[in-house]
Amino acid sequence: MNWLLVVEQCLNGLQFGVMLFLMAAGLTLVFGIMNLVNLAHGSLYMVGAYLATAAFNRTGSFLAAVAFALAATLAIGMLVEVIALRTLYERDHLDQVLATFGLILFFNEAVAIVWGRAALFTAVPRALSGHLQVLPGIPYPAYRAVIILVGLAVALLLYVVVSRTRLGMLIRAGASNRTMVGALGVNIRLLYTVVFGFGAALAALGGAMAGPIYSVLPGMGEEILIQVFVVIVIGGIGSIRGALVGAVVVGMVDTLGRAFLKPMLSTVLGPSAADNAGPALASMLIYILMAAVLFFRPQGLFPAVRS
Amino acid sequence: MAHLHPPTRAHADPGQRQLRRLDGVLESRRLPAASIRTTQWPGMRRTKEVTVRQLRIVLVLLLIVGLFAGQAVLAAEPVKIGFITSLSGPAGIIGKHMKDSVELALEHLGRKVGGLDVEVIYGDDQRKPDVGKQLADEMLKKHKVNFVSGIIWSNVMLAVAPTVTGAGTIMVGTNAGPHELAGKMCSELYFTTSWQNDQTPEAMGKYMQDQGLTDVYAMAPNYAAGKDMVSGFKRYFKGRVVDEVYTKLGQQDYQAEISQLRGKNPKAVFVFYPGDMGIQFLKQYAQAGLREQIPLYSVYTVDEISLPAVGEAALGNYETRYWSPDLKNEANAKYVGDFKKKFGYTPSFYGAQSYDGILLIDSAVRAVRGDLGNKKGMVAAMRKADFRSTRGKFSFNVNHTPIQNFYLLRAVKGAGGDMEMQIQKTVFENHKDAYYQECPMKW
Amino acid sequence: MRSARALTLLAGFLVLGLVPVVAALANQPFYLDLFRRIMIFAIAAVSLDLILGFGGMVSFGHAAYLGIGAYAVAIPAFYGIHSGLVQWPLALALSGLAALAIGAVSLRTSGVSFIMITLAFAQMLYYLGISINAWGADDGMRLARRSQFGGVVDLANAYVFYYVVFGVLVALLWLGHRLIHARFGVVIRAAKSNEPRMRAIGFATFRYKLAAFVIAGAGGGLAGALLTNQTEYLTPSYMHWTRSGDIMVMVILGGMGTLYGPVLGAVAFLLLEDILSAWTVHWQVVLGPLLVLVVLYARRGLYGLLPGAGARDG
Repeated sequence: MNWLLVVEQCLNGLQFGVMLFLMAAGLTLVFGIMNLVNLAHGSLYMVGAYLATAAFNRTGSFLAAVAFALAATLAIGMLVEVIALRTLYERDHLDQVLATFGLILFFNEAVAIVWGRAALFTAVPRALSGHLQVLPGIPYPAYRAVIILVGLAVALLLYVVVSRTRLGMLIRAGASNRTMVGALGVNIRLLYTVVFGFGAALAALGGAMAGPIYSVLPGMGEEILIQVFVVIVIGGIGSIRGALVGAVVVGMVDTLGRAFLKPMLSTVLGPSAADNAGPALASMLIYILMAAVLFFRPQGLFPAVRS
Repeated sequence: MAHLHPPTRAHADPGQRQLRRLDGVLESRRLPAASIRTTQWPGMRRTKEVTVRQLRIVLVLLLIVGLFAGQAVLAAEPVKIGFITSLSGPAGIIGKHMKDSVELALEHLGRKVGGLDVEVIYGDDQRKPDVGKQLADEMLKKHKVNFVSGIIWSNVMLAVAPTVTGAGTIMVGTNAGPHELAGKMCSELYFTTSWQNDQTPEAMGKYMQDQGLTDVYAMAPNYAAGKDMVSGFKRYFKGRVVDEVYTKLGQQDYQAEISQLRGKNPKAVFVFYPGDMGIQFLKQYAQAGLREQIPLYSVYTVDEISLPAVGEAALGNYETRYWSPDLKNEANAKYVGDFKKKFGYTPSFYGAQSYDGILLIDSAVRAVRGDLGNKKGMVAAMRKADFRSTRGKFSFNVNHTPIQNFYLLRAVKGAGGDMEMQIQKTVFENHKDAYYQECPMKW
Repeated sequence: MRSARALTLLAGFLVLGLVPVVAALANQPFYLDLFRRIMIFAIAAVSLDLILGFGGMVSFGHAAYLGIGAYAVAIPAFYGIHSGLVQWPLALALSGLAALAIGAVSLRTSGVSFIMITLAFAQMLYYLGISINAWGADDGMRLARRSQFGGVVDLANAYVFYYVVFGVLVALLWLGHRLIHARFGVVIRAAKSNEPRMRAIGFATFRYKLAAFVIAGAGGGLAGALLTNQTEYLTPSYMHWTRSGDIMVMVILGGMGTLYGPVLGAVAFLLLEDILSAWTVHWQVVLGPLLVLVVLYARRGLYGLLPGAGARDG
């Protein structure tokens, strides 16, 4: 086996995992703190991608576009929370599923009405279009390397915010006992709106960075959403650390499975059987992983502490 | 082969309507007695407590059913065409190209088909075979259409086409070309104005074989069409294939596969990635720096829908196809020119086929002088392909699949600075599909 | 108020039962196809509600059984066995068996883990389906003819098929009614509200829940068998997670934990889809907010809006 290739694939897996983490962080916070199953989280990712792409094509500055997408999606997220989701916190999970499913339909059509159904044009910003020589013989796209760095920086930032700041303290307190937090005079409604907004902004960051490498089109959030749910369930709901570990594990397993499962199977089964079984098994891999994790640890790898 | 039913068009004549009513009553008498009994089952004894309010509820419910049924009686005179495609969701863009082209065709025909007024009923199949089938039933039985047309996806087509032809109605497919319908399942009433799926990769295989290329790396999504494309390619390409890789359907990130590909160091890459998968793959292939190193040959991947989204990431890529906006003939110049003027974007092959589909229907109705009951006459007329196709003159094979030219196209930067596809050379002249000998039809 | 509800239900059944008569009178046989498909999804939704609404087991993989039932009809047909007496029991048995295996693993978890693990199994089956070339892979397979019942019941006749589906729906509702009110159903419902207590007083709740899960799976399988016959086509996309979502939406929209709510949900969801999509290509922008409004203002789903529906369903 070519070890350089393995290193390169690990980088790919890490990059995919970091992408998943950006979405998973917001989703797991909203889930853990507000107890809200938000299927529309993928729509916020899509909205972020659209806004960033539109702004990038207009201004030509990728940084400005990402900043604009973050701010605008934060506002949209808070608006959606106030209008539609706020009353759902006390409801059954399934009511939330139905309402947020309705939101998905709405957002998908809304972007189709505003920007049309065709995929938008996006390119990697010129400064990042080159390659880095990570190790001799492995040219790695600079943009993807930046995604890894941004993702890890966000993880670090979230860690600091959650464990060192007053907001973080409230978030942790809210996750373990929200009645008590409310009783202590914290404006819990505002806290929820803010947390939801930040979750939306993180999803938008993911979407904005995904734009140049994936396609920006209506419904782009759903395919990734289901993988993000896999991540937060494996990691343990409500836990940022769990989301990070879950995301990297899922990213790695998926990527390495796609790369090496078929060659490995073909040494065991022969090439033609591997041609059929390899891709099918690689597609199923993260679901098999999730089923296994849930079977042995139903609360996930790093469950948030709850009272 | 299904026999041809007499047309069941609704007339406004009241006497006819009476007769149909009577027919309906007779039909309902033929219902099995047992099933009628079940309708009276739950709690008949409690009806003594009926109040006005409750009666009102029942009345409202009956009214709703009545309303549904009532729409039918208003059925009108013109030629009716049911056009089924995907209009919502991610594939909705393809549906839009097709629908806009149908509208342009109608405009060019003066909103008459074969001299008769025309009504087109659009249906959104949501890319689901069962929804497509339901739409076909709705168009046949409720709208009583004379033709069904459209359909993007092979699996939707396989559910819809037999339903339409089984009801004695003519089906004109304008995209999907599954091998079943070109072979064993062919039908007198089924025509396609597009192609059989394998024809396009066969052309690419032929071209790459002629170029003497070898060490080719093949990639496609892991589903039936993906495997058909690669086998169609290999039917004409006899050089060495380094590896065949099948990826997850709907996959977004191809970086892992691209790293593997680079490791194998092939001389050329053949891919089939339709729709948004193609946009993602092309971008990532270019970003990995491979576009300049290993030439990319694709089918159904770089087209007028994906080009605006990928831009220069597709520069220099090769495609094979039977049609291109720059194909030189009068009908195509008119279609492309008026399309750009009316809708403000460049049409795609999905649109050209749909435009042709309407013209084919027009030629059929014209040939029988508006006698829509004359199915045999219409089928005979359609077999002549006697209309000004955007692809130029072509003929139908015995299985009603076009025998047509295939060209090598290349993505280049056009005069205006935008990316466009340009024809480089003709790969196949009058190319027949690989399945027509399995079709038992003779004419 | 009980009588008002009974009357509403009766009217509902009457409407469903009379669709063929009205369709025949109006010469509009299409409505047979439309309402038959709606009732098939209603069967799937009712069977899901048995575990979701009554048992609190939120399965996000119900489409898997739909798919298994569909394969159980299409595969024998592919090899020339067209008898419904083989296909339908096979659909019930295979989907029941699959539910037994999936349930045995999944029911060890609860809450969101349960939702996701059921989804995981359905996705595995979906990817399995699209990679089996012999059985059509992603393209699916055409059903040469509908299930045969020795010439006694002819599904090719639209009216006969309609009343078969209607009969299955009524039978399933009757079975559901009996189950819910039997000791079995009481245990399931009690386990939903307080499982530890049920265990403490000596009920092996796991076995009860597993049995309910198997019954629901078999119901989904039967719906799948009917759906292939309706479409005369098999496609693995019957198992895609969005289908599971659709069925779940029908249940919640109609009113979960009620016997007739899912039927109402299936009717409303699929009718809205049909009517709105004929009206505008942007129909989802209307349907989406409508669903949100139902959640916000109709707490017990559409069923809760019916006259006399306040009491516990019976």
